[in-house]
Amino acid sequence: MTDDFTIIPTPHTRRRHKSELRFQWYGKAAIIAALGFLVLMIGSIGYKGVGVIYQTKIELDIQLNADAFDPAQLRKADFSGLVKTALRARFPDVKNRRQKRRLYGLVSSDAGFELRKMVEGNPNLIGSTIKIQLTASDDIDTFIKGKIDKNLPESDRRVKDVEINWIEKLQADNSVVQVFNTAFFTSGDSREPELAGILSALVGSFFTLLVCFLLSFPIGVLAAIYLEEFAPKNRWSDLIEININNLAAVPSIVFGLLGLTIFLNTFGLPRSSPLVGGMVLALMTIPTIIIASRASLRAVPPSIREAALSIGATRVQTTFHHVAPLALPGMLTGSIVGMAQALGETAPLIMIGMVAFIVDVPASILEPATALPVQIFLWADSPERAFVERTSAAIIVLLGFLVVMNLGAILLRKKFEQRF
Amino acid sequence: MSKIVESLPNIPEVLPLDPAPQADPAVRVKPLITARNVNVFYGQKQALQNISLEVPANQVTALIGPSGCGKTTFLRCINRMNDLIDICRVEGSIEIGGQDIYHKDVDVVTLRAQVGMVFQKPNPFPKSIFENVAYGPRIHGLAASKAELQDIVEASLEKAGLLAEVHDRMNAPGTSLSGGQQQRLCIARTIAVEPKIILMDEPCSALDPIATARIEELIDELRENYTIIIVTHSMQQAARVSQRTAFFHMGELVEEGATEQIFTAPRDERTQSYITGRIG
Amino acid sequence: MESQQHIVKAFDEELDQMMSLIVEMGGLVETQIIDAAAALVRRDSDLAARVIAGDKIIDALEIELDNLTVKVLALRQPKANDLRTVVAALKISSNLERIGDYAKNIAKRTNVLSMVPVVGSSATTINRMSTMVQTMVSDVLNAFVHRDLNSAIDVRQRDEEVDQMHNTLFRELLTYMMEDPRNITPCMHLLFIAKNVERMGDHATGIAEQVHYMVCGEMPDDERPKGDKTSYVFVEPNEVDD
Repeated sequence: MTDDFTIIPTPHTRRRHKSELRFQWYGKAAIIAALGFLVLMIGSIGYKGVGVIYQTKIELDIQLNADAFDPAQLRKADFSGLVKTALRARFPDVKNRRQKRRLYGLVSSDAGFELRKMVEGNPNLIGSTIKIQLTASDDIDTFIKGKIDKNLPESDRRVKDVEINWIEKLQADNSVVQVFNTAFFTSGDSREPELAGILSALVGSFFTLLVCFLLSFPIGVLAAIYLEEFAPKNRWSDLIEININNLAAVPSIVFGLLGLTIFLNTFGLPRSSPLVGGMVLALMTIPTIIIASRASLRAVPPSIREAALSIGATRVQTTFHHVAPLALPGMLTGSIVGMAQALGETAPLIMIGMVAFIVDVPASILEPATALPVQIFLWADSPERAFVERTSAAIIVLLGFLVVMNLGAILLRKKFEQRF
Repeated sequence: MSKIVESLPNIPEVLPLDPAPQADPAVRVKPLITARNVNVFYGQKQALQNISLEVPANQVTALIGPSGCGKTTFLRCINRMNDLIDICRVEGSIEIGGQDIYHKDVDVVTLRAQVGMVFQKPNPFPKSIFENVAYGPRIHGLAASKAELQDIVEASLEKAGLLAEVHDRMNAPGTSLSGGQQQRLCIARTIAVEPKIILMDEPCSALDPIATARIEELIDELRENYTIIIVTHSMQQAARVSQRTAFFHMGELVEEGATEQIFTAPRDERTQSYITGRIG
Repeated sequence: MESQQHIVKAFDEELDQMMSLIVEMGGLVETQIIDAAAALVRRDSDLAARVIAGDKIIDALEIELDNLTVKVLALRQPKANDLRTVVAALKISSNLERIGDYAKNIAKRTNVLSMVPVVGSSATTINRMSTMVQTMVSDVLNAFVHRDLNSAIDVRQRDEEVDQMHNTLFRELLTYMMEDPRNITPCMHLLFIAKNVERMGDHATGIAEQVHYMVCGEMPDDERPKGDKTSYVFVEPNEVDD
């Protein structure tokens, strides 16, 4: 009896344990690989994009001679000229025409505008010499941030020796400063990377998602409730279910095409507007919301329905008093995930013209706008070196929003989840 | 000489005690529920075959039988819960108080308010104890004021024997109660809408023996005001709580009679095999 | 039906064990009846002593059977025919035990009777009665084992004969006592012995009724034919007319 009671491993069990161990290692390796790629991606984007936080400014002394201004029409004054004069005064030995152009190129083409804003804000400054921090041009900014290699042959560099020389001089005078890059978060798109910001894209995305949510959530949830709680289960409902599942798998660009032909060409809705963008994204999101909502409705135990029905509640009462409230967290989670998906969607928006170059922040859902992922797409396409940084930064912002939305979904679920 | 004689006394004829009132009380009272030739189909499959059964008022009738014998199906025919299953088809007639509940003019919602149901697994709403009981009266408009609703809730909890245990935490979630308390809460919820009939589908199968005993005692008390039909897997339970027992087997009603008779001297051999635990 | 096994085999085993205990007890009781009667006829004190001792075994068997039935009731919660079988077994065991007690009582009285002269042929009549009762016990236990309703009913009818023999004996012994007061002691004992045998018959009838209940689920409802009229017999004192 005790002879055949053995608790030491036999060759057979040892083999089984080994295979189990092996399997665990495969799993761990897979997770490590996945995490590795994620870290690599976020790391590289972060590394490229983190520079956007700071912006290079060049401090100049500018003489605001009173005779250069017409008090009635301050705007008409040649602010760019004043900046150029100041630059020439700072580096008096620059005579060559070509070199002068390089010298003026140290600051952004908007430098005159910056000066104008300052003077307009305080006209009393006219007549005095002021110190002003002007935005450096994108190449200089990139150079200061160390992203241009000085050791390259001059012909391969965007920043030439002479410019480096000027910069070093300015740096010696402590005239080159790095400040927080407010422009990136407060302005719209621009051809000049140092001036380009994501605000208009953010607002465009917000409007688009708002439209998308207002359309897709009620439609999706009501459709899901009807299909799950009321529709008879027969061949037709099966057909509808299959089609909804198929719809969720349709490539998003197809929805874009649909939007282009129906919303724009047939109904004549305003091109490039968040309204149309939101409608197209809603088409795309509705199947996702229906599927998620149906799943969460199905997760409500039938005993709850039976309980309500058995005391004489109607089906609508049963659904809206008991079943839907229990399924709501799941529905919201599904919707948020769908929204997050829509937030990251590019292709359909391009199809309906939201790929436009939008400088101004849209004020309503009918104005032309662009969206964050489209902005990223646009910048990624631009040749300027400094746009690389901005592309990455915009991606970080987009990812940030996605993370926040997903976290919101998780928190919602945690907060309202009911134990049955 | 003495004589041996016999004197046979004159013994008056004593009638034996009349055993009839105990043996079969149901035959005399008019049945509350009368099922006639009920056939139930799930798609092509026939689940019940020609069930004819009379259920007397204010008694507990137990439906017993092996799994899949159709007893729960029959129970769910009585408040038309089978309507919820698309492929389910019911033929024949079930009359309650003389009215056919499968007639096309019957309002299922009104029917269910009068034929309550308690389920196998306690299924309180994930709401407060008060809300659980108040829901039914509220949707049926049974209470004119808040105070009246409060009274109904308390009276129902009292009848379900739960008030003493929960009166100081009416706003606690119903799901925070123990299994037995939850089941009594479900019973309170059912009687709050003033049904005539209470259907119970294995109400104690998820409960421990003490909680089971409480429910059984409650069932016996409720019998005074309600007609109860209980489906149970436990023959002991059927024997303990019911006055009448019906044995279902393979979709047929094999035998129906006073519980005492079914458990001591069943007439049908299939009943005998089932209740004595033989392979049948 | 009876060939069908319970799903729980141990239940079948316990029921079988119960049956065999009854049969064993019944066999012993039959032997006790025969031996007690034989001891009476042969005035055999040794045999009588053995009968007295043998009763202990029957008592022990009854306790064993009672324990078993209680155990089955508690653990198996028998229902329907099982329940009736167990209840019948419980009652039959007590009936058998009572029969055993009467046999013992006969044996005790045999010791006294063997010390006094023989009175009439009563002992032989009692022996015949005993044989009848023993057959009844034997038949009724067979009926119990085979669930034979007819033979149980038959046993029940046969008790009338025993009663009639008891009546006859009663009158006979009364006559002896009236004839000669010295006969009173043996006659009294014989009277009790006859009564014991008659009671044995009643218990056999009781067993038959249990078998009836076990098989049909109800007690026999017709009145059993009763032949015992000794309760109504009295001696009319003769008038002082000479």
